[in-house]
Amino acid sequence: MVRHPGAIGSRPGKLKLAVWKFASCDGCQLSLLDCEDELLQLADNIDIAYFMEASSHAEPGPYDLSLVEGSITTSADAERIREVRKQSRVMVAIGACATAGGIQALRNFSDVEEFISAVYAHPEYIATLKTSTPASAHVTVDFELQGCPINKRQLLEVISAFLHRRAPQVPAHSVCIECKLRGNVCVWVAHGTPCMGPVTQAGCGAICPSYHRGCYGCYGPKENSNTTSLCHWWEQELGVEKVTVVENLRNFNAAAPVFDAASREWESRDEQE
Amino acid sequence: MQEFVLQAEHLEVLIQVVRSEGFQLMGPVVRNGAITYDEISTASDLPRGWGDEQEKGYYRVSRNDSGAYFAYAVGVGSWKQFLQLPRRKVWEAHKKDDAMDILEVLDEVPARAFLGVRSCDLHAIAIQDRVFAEGQYRNENYARRRQNILLIAVNCTTPAATCFCTVMNTGPKVTTPTDLTMTEVIDHKEHYFVIRSESQRGREILKQLPLSSLEERHSLAEEQALQAAVQKMQEGPRKFDSAGVKELLYRNYDSPVWDQVAERCLSCANCTMACPTCFCSTVEDTTDLTGEHAERWERWDSCFTGDFSYISGGSVRASTRSRYRQWMTHKLATWHDQFDTSGCVGCGRCITWCPVGIDLTEEVQRIQQLDKTL
Ligand code: SF4
Ligand code: SF4
Ligand code: SF4
Ligand code: SF4
Repeated sequence: MVRHPGAIGSRPGKLKLAVWKFASCDGCQLSLLDCEDELLQLADNIDIAYFMEASSHAEPGPYDLSLVEGSITTSADAERIREVRKQSRVMVAIGACATAGGIQALRNFSDVEEFISAVYAHPEYIATLKTSTPASAHVTVDFELQGCPINKRQLLEVISAFLHRRAPQVPAHSVCIECKLRGNVCVWVAHGTPCMGPVTQAGCGAICPSYHRGCYGCYGPKENSNTTSLCHWWEQELGVEKVTVVENLRNFNAAAPVFDAASREWESRDEQE
Repeated sequence: MQEFVLQAEHLEVLIQVVRSEGFQLMGPVVRNGAITYDEISTASDLPRGWGDEQEKGYYRVSRNDSGAYFAYAVGVGSWKQFLQLPRRKVWEAHKKDDAMDILEVLDEVPARAFLGVRSCDLHAIAIQDRVFAEGQYRNENYARRRQNILLIAVNCTTPAATCFCTVMNTGPKVTTPTDLTMTEVIDHKEHYFVIRSESQRGREILKQLPLSSLEERHSLAEEQALQAAVQKMQEGPRKFDSAGVKELLYRNYDSPVWDQVAERCLSCANCTMACPTCFCSTVEDTTDLTGEHAERWERWDSCFTGDFSYISGGSVRASTRSRYRQWMTHKLATWHDQFDTSGCVGCGRCITWCPVGIDLTEEVQRIQQLDKTL
């Protein structure tokens, strides 16, 4: 779905960009630094006012465009994301952490207290929430760019769309479409390899199937995802074990609502047996 | 029409003659565990000794010991990929002072020959011709690509379990215009092609080949091979009565079958991408960071996506039920009203390449059965 790019006003001078980090690996911010050739062009067209990963020089808000990386895992961050929202005219969540809780959302399926006491010598020093949640669980987000990590072309597309007040071309359809556009041989049908492509949103360019392996869903659910049907076929026709089905749903986008619900459903089927 | 026999060992001569006439030759090759279409420069590029096994959501290439070059049904993808490009830049625009330069992108169109086109795929190309080259909304890029294609058809004697061209009246025997039409025959120790020229260009090529005359036993063996193919499809599970399907679908907009299929359908769009007749595309307009340069790209689209029917306020076909219904109703019903033909040629690709094995012949038969009981 072409989502609404958000209310975009105009004012003279360069627009101000801020990049924020919450619980994440920094990979998505790196996608921005990785733009290399386009980075100078970016700096020419937007004032990079706050981007700690790149420079310790920080300009105060408000900001026209905020890119938010990372999920919310502490009460301090839950507070901070509200502050960021207040300072931002348009807020774009980037990456699996900010849009779906990230790999750290695996805690949502377990007991965090137990982890803490098992891992840390002084559990009392640890202050954390029981869940890892996307930015949208706390504040209004204007656009979500999915992926782990995000695709730098798509990121530039979102920024260009913002600068020139148009809807970004970020299709919400399946990876399968990209896979077929590339002329790949389907690894699911022709090799019997389980592939998450049919329920996963495009954007990566179908990298994994292009190297003859199954997609593992790092771009998160596509619109209108039918995980139940996919999981049935994996089990019944491709002979995939239940634990593998659950593992595939519980990757970087484990807390995306459709993947979350499907993995819980499959896991409880396991227990019933 | 001229008809001859070309010994299998002389297939290489045919290939080299076609190439020396200036054509880039496209044909079947084995790649990544499947038969696909790609450039052919010698007979050894062809899938000799390879066949395919196709079922719902299942495809495997398999070795056979026949030594045949064309012992498969239809390949992954289709000739569509060379005529209606999956992605192409349509134009680009550049800001210049107060004006704008818009440059149409006219890409190089190579003169191409297609080798091994099946009858179903010839029908599919003819259907796309009607949409893109003969209709009111001509697509110049398609028309230019299509214009000079040299068509070398090969009659199908090895249908897959998913094929149902006999139901759609599109095969297995070639009946539509080509330049050359061949039938591969392996009879006892003999391995040859019955070859017919159907055009001036075809005759020019035949002149350069080491041919022998067609005898009755050749025609008989050819006829037998084609009959066996027909019989295989007649006896298969995908034979259904296609008469009145259009009316059937028009009176069954509310069939419960749509709900049942929507439970399984992933709305992944593999079926429409694999289909040789599906012609839908979208355009994507983008600007760069400076806003001084813009581009328009055309790419294949599908009625299985939400964006496809997105208008102000949302997607008209938000549910999978409505998307599948749109797809099948277009293929088998509204296409007749639009283009005077069916939109389906019975090649079976949508059945094979559907990850969850949804089979339109089964779904039609389900609707037919329910319709009868009402
Ligand atoms: S390989 Fe995966 S992504 Fe590609 S078409 Fe098959 S199921 Fe879809
Ligand atoms: S079935 Fe769908 S994708 Fe195919 S031509 Fe019709 S509307 Fe387009
Ligand atoms: S609808 Fe299916 S069987 Fe019919 S032409 Fe398309 S891919 Fe082939
Ligand atoms: S019918 Fe099959 S291939 Fe087509 S969209 Fe549904 S699941 Fe995908």
